[in-house]
Amino acid sequence: MIEIDSITKAYGAIKAVDAVSMTVETGTITVIVGTSGSGKTTLLRMINRLEEPTSGEVRINGDSTLSVKPHILRRRIGYAIQGHGLFPHYTVARNIAAVPRLLNWPKDKIRARVDELLELFSMDPAQFRNRYPAELSGGQQQRVGVARALASRPDLLLMDEPFGALDPIIRTRAQEDLRHIQRRLGSTIMLVTHDMEEAIRLGDRVAVMDGGKLVQYAPPAEIIAKPATGFVADMVGDVERPLRLLSLVPLSEVVEDGAAEGEPLPADASLRDALSACLWTGRNAVPVMRDGATVGRVTLTAIRERAEMRA
Amino acid sequence: MTPGLILRPLLILLLLALVLRPEWFIPLFAPLAPEGGPVIYTRSSLLSLSLSHLALVAAASAAATVVAVTLAILVTRPAGAAFRPLSRTITNMGQTFPPVAVLALAVPALGFGAGPTLVALFLYGLLPIFENAVTGLTTLPPATMEAARGIGLSRWQRLIKVELPLALPVTLTGIRLSVVIALGTATIGSTVAARTLGEVIIAGLLTSNTAFVLQGGLAVGLFAVLIYDALVQLERYLARRMGG
Ligand SMILES: Nc1ncnc2c1ncn2[C@@H]1O[C@H](COP(=O)(O)OP(=O)(O)O)[C@@H](O)[C@H]1O
Ligand SMILES: [Mg+2]
Repeated sequence: MIEIDSITKAYGAIKAVDAVSMTVETGTITVIVGTSGSGKTTLLRMINRLEEPTSGEVRINGDSTLSVKPHILRRRIGYAIQGHGLFPHYTVARNIAAVPRLLNWPKDKIRARVDELLELFSMDPAQFRNRYPAELSGGQQQRVGVARALASRPDLLLMDEPFGALDPIIRTRAQEDLRHIQRRLGSTIMLVTHDMEEAIRLGDRVAVMDGGKLVQYAPPAEIIAKPATGFVADMVGDVERPLRLLSLVPLSEVVEDGAAEGEPLPADASLRDALSACLWTGRNAVPVMRDGATVGRVTLTAIRERAEMRA
Repeated sequence: MTPGLILRPLLILLLLALVLRPEWFIPLFAPLAPEGGPVIYTRSSLLSLSLSHLALVAAASAAATVVAVTLAILVTRPAGAAFRPLSRTITNMGQTFPPVAVLALAVPALGFGAGPTLVALFLYGLLPIFENAVTGLTTLPPATMEAARGIGLSRWQRLIKVELPLALPVTLTGIRLSVVIALGTATIGSTVAARTLGEVIIAGLLTSNTAFVLQGGLAVGLFAVLIYDALVQLERYLARRMGG
């Protein structure tokens, strides 16, 4: 559990971060979202003490981050940033091994961990281990950056706009991969973005920052349905609110008995996907599949009812 | 690349022949020697002069590298930034002082021989290395430096494992300039009795023997070209590995 306790950073008269308090549960993704200059990066960098707070405190599993030297603290906290920041003079394997080497892991344990992570990120170890960062695509560099941050099984992973430099299609893939890997490893992640879409897609909880203040901290559905301020509502965007809500609900929640025509959808697809399929193919219902068998259908009526229920 | 692939071995062979078997060149140089005078310099072997010449250059360049890089590291730390203009002035002075003047001034203090030459080459070599090392250390990729701090490298580890290796190609360019300047400048060290290939050139000038001048000059020139080329190749290799 990460406890951020009334943390403030002042640059002269400007408060980049103004008395922010929040608690992050172990094993969840928390996304910090806000416009440029709202203090997201400063907040994140105070957690691993790349920036020292003017006042306030951060505790990780009960221990104040002030109780150890900053560079020792950072070895327990993964850090991945926009533009990956890989070491250009190290191979992929050596980049990923950077923190385990600092922690003096035995050689064979490091080698096994590097291969394990490369496989986790769908990069064949034999093919990629000995390449240099310049010999990778943008998406691959970004994955190695995240693999490096995860290498020592950190208590917490901090990510500052990790997908910001990727083109939209690769970005969506990278988000799915992250979600998948986080579920598998049970990692605790705090991720910064200026993209509300990304926040809603990835976050178990979303923290909205505005002018250095935390204006709302809630699950995505609540952010969409009950924005705390006009600023949050603007960030969500009124027009797409129903669709965003639908994108959070899996078909398995509204599936009903009965048959439907046409191409089935998997049970973990969202209501937004189902709505899209209905509209595109002119159907009033779509069949739902689980493990290769049809388990029922989702109707347009059910989708509408769910949208009207809000969160 | 093909001209280099042919030219390089040819130049190496030419240099080896000139240094190890100077007598092969008698027919070539004979027309340039005075009537009845010697064609090939024999007072010392060209090989031993070459080795001593290279040793002087290597020692002076190594010392200049250590001092210039250390200075560059100090003035690129937050605490040392205030000293950057001062250290730049000092290294600039080393460069603007003519090497002959350094020799003249150093002889009374250090006597004749290799000492004054080492001092002159050292002072002369500081500036390019310092300037390039500072450039290298102040233009590191920001995301890489942020990540290096963020994953928990200490200051010292960042310097040794990240900053110096990344600044190496640019620093090496400075070292290359210094070495080439030193290879040429070392010849005048023989005016104060340092053992260098300049001895051959000076003997030629004193006895109006163009054959000697050519032998000495050609050997120095070939060393300079080949060492320059080798260092360029090394820089390219390092830069390519870093995707530069
Ligand atoms: N080192 C600094 N010195 C002065 N002001 C800073 C510094 N770092 C950030 N700021 C200011 O703090 C505010 C928040 O910055 P930042 O945390 O980078 O925002 P975000 O990541 O949300 O774009 C901005 O107004 C920025 O100009
Ligand atoms: Mg930022």
